[in-house]
Amino acid sequence: MNSIHDMGGMHGMGPLVIEQEDHVFHEYWHGRVFALRMACAFHRRYNGDMGRYARERMPPAEFLAASYYERALYALERVLVESGMIDEAELVEGRPASAERAAANLRPEQVEAITRTRRRTRMDEVAVAPKFSVGDAVLTRNFQPEGHTRLPRYARGRRGVVQRDHGVFSFADSNAMTRDRKPQHMYSVRFMASELWGEAAAPRDTVCLDLWDDYLLPA
Amino acid sequence: MSEHTHPHPHDHDGDHDNAHDRPLSGPALRVKALESLLAEKGLIDPKTLDEIVDTYEHRVGPRNGARIVARAWTDPAYRQRLLANATEAIAEFGFIEPHAEDMVAVENTPQVRNLVVCSLCSCYPWPVLGLPPAWFKSDAYRARAVIDPRGVLKAFGQDVPEDIEVRVWDSTAEMRYMVVPERPAGTEGWSEERLAAIVTRDSMVGVGTVAVATGGGA
Repeated sequence: MNSIHDMGGMHGMGPLVIEQEDHVFHEYWHGRVFALRMACAFHRRYNGDMGRYARERMPPAEFLAASYYERALYALERVLVESGMIDEAELVEGRPASAERAAANLRPEQVEAITRTRRRTRMDEVAVAPKFSVGDAVLTRNFQPEGHTRLPRYARGRRGVVQRDHGVFSFADSNAMTRDRKPQHMYSVRFMASELWGEAAAPRDTVCLDLWDDYLLPA
Repeated sequence: MSEHTHPHPHDHDGDHDNAHDRPLSGPALRVKALESLLAEKGLIDPKTLDEIVDTYEHRVGPRNGARIVARAWTDPAYRQRLLANATEAIAEFGFIEPHAEDMVAVENTPQVRNLVVCSLCSCYPWPVLGLPPAWFKSDAYRARAVIDPRGVLKAFGQDVPEDIEVRVWDSTAEMRYMVVPERPAGTEGWSEERLAAIVTRDSMVGVGTVAVATGGGA
């Protein structure tokens, strides 16, 4: 969706503040949000793309005023309600209306393994022919989906070149909306900075994006 | 993995208790309420949350990535495997499983400087670099890195000459990226371990380079 999360190329976001950091989590509750997100995802009642789509739907003014972990908390609350793990009244009251015992929760001894296997979106076991090959010139689609997409606005309707075929992956756009994984090839596509940003861009500079077949047309 | 020494799993309980003593408001209160609700509903185990926080605070971090870079600098065959299929090459260290956490490693050269960003959220290679620093997640970095990478690099003290290509990797999809920085001069003959010690997180995101402290000799 065309909302504030899609920030690439925007001006006015303030100076880049580079802090020397000693702590991974600056506040105790940051760590709790992070850990809750991982422990809840374990139940697989929703997927990571649905979580990102939930965050994108935070109203833009609130989104800009919120910190990273406030945005994450908002998305977690939404996705828990939307997946039926909790209901709106429970969220407001803070008390369970029903005791739902999950078959199994993430246990402490499973955490270490999760750090190595958390993301599994590759679907090479599905035989899907690639629509493009390395070296092909491509044009990205110019679309304005109200749902989830991983094709940023700045890279729509632009010409690039396929530089690598990553293999078959689940498609974030459909997986976020209907849990249809719609397996297809995903490629690294290289764009000249001047194609994206105009003639003032440094002539040698490039931007590379990982793009699924459904985003691409032959150029 | 056995190479990660595990600190005492509950040695932070004291800190937690202190944190609980402060009156909570805003998001801190909301998180506490949500955690209690989910625990009462039997959907999470608070001990697991402690373990997750401890793991990312103490055991998964940029030292993992530094070991990968040091291996690539000292072992040409490993470097080739890493650039060809980073997921499998990193799995050799056990930081990830070969069919999960898909990774790409991109190499800085005298002609190319790589820079990693996620303009749509803050995607970052957790298993090899840990959790991202605040600036990586900031709106300023996410907005600016794709349109003005040279300005971003300048903010990090890096002046990149015009004849060098700046290559931005906007990791908005399923692949996560790490940069293999250039090995600094003066490190000939160094062991992998000694090299790993000078590889910084910033150099593996692309905003820094690796330097040898001057004056100390090689």
